[in-house]
Amino acid sequence: MNDKPADTIEIIVNGEAQLFEASLSVAALLAKLGLPAKKIAVEHNLEIVPKSAYGAHMVDAGDRIEIVHFIGGG
Amino acid sequence: MGLKDEKLVIAGREFSSRLIVGTGKYKDYAENAAAAEAAGAEIVTVAVRRVNLTDKDEPMLVDYIDPKKFTYLPNTAGCFTGEDAVRTLRLAREAGDWTLVKLEVLGDEKTLYPNMPETLRAAELLIKEGFEVMVYCSDDPILAKQLEDIGCCAIMPLAAPIGSGLGIQNPVNIRLIIEQANVPVLVDAGVGTASDAAIAMELGCDGVLMNTAIAEAKNPILMAEAMKNAVIAGRQAYLAGRMQKRLYADPSSPIGGLI
Repeated sequence: MNDKPADTIEIIVNGEAQLFEASLSVAALLAKLGLPAKKIAVEHNLEIVPKSAYGAHMVDAGDRIEIVHFIGGG
Repeated sequence: MGLKDEKLVIAGREFSSRLIVGTGKYKDYAENAAAAEAAGAEIVTVAVRRVNLTDKDEPMLVDYIDPKKFTYLPNTAGCFTGEDAVRTLRLAREAGDWTLVKLEVLGDEKTLYPNMPETLRAAELLIKEGFEVMVYCSDDPILAKQLEDIGCCAIMPLAAPIGSGLGIQNPVNIRLIIEQANVPVLVDAGVGTASDAAIAMELGCDGVLMNTAIAEAKNPILMAEAMKNAVIAGRQAYLAGRMQKRLYADPSSPIGGLI
């Protein structure tokens, strides 16, 4: 992941660096990751992104994204 | 029930079941769903964790335990600071679109005992943000009162350490907490078997929250049903009002008319 091509950007998703072609919206990011927008929550650089903003909210190089959902727990 | 019981009311929501079950440690979500059903639970606790990006076909809790049928109670298990807990529950609110949450801020890896100063601080932050906070806490009556005073909607003292199954270690404190509370008190953590749940309810608890006692039973579905019955039995005994204890015997058959 260190030798990234010049025309890509790196975004940290759930703690792992991932390469994308350019900055993109949260909606586009979820689509690329194959995740349904329902049933999850997204945090961008420690700020919650409301579901209604997924289309307009842009993610850039070096940004940190957390995508969470509900799992079993006590 | 012979005597018509009131419903359990938490933050204005009514529940018929007084048993809340966790959704961790089960063999799989199918067994988990069957246990929640057998327990007659209406509320299930859930954790908030990162989505698995590599295995997207991983089974999802929502496909087994329907959030429309069960009230999901997001927890902050694994959080050791108020900030972590608040961050987790903000995400939970966005994922699920509800505000009823279970706050637990842990203070020690070995005992999973709650960090009460952090718990109080996080509860205040959450309540300011509009959350309805059911709070896992130590069995200290003074701290329990403080949590109620700042606006927590349910007080949930531990019976014993999380996952220990030791049963109610300090019934005196649990009773004191119940006596002073104007919001529901639920024993959360430490229940091991059905009699522990019944004792909690006989003390006057409004409900019991458990996970491991059911999930780690050899037959979790049967234990879930046992817990359901124990909570009902304990509640009925509490409402019925138990007899006074005596130091010596008192014959059950009349003395008069003896041959």
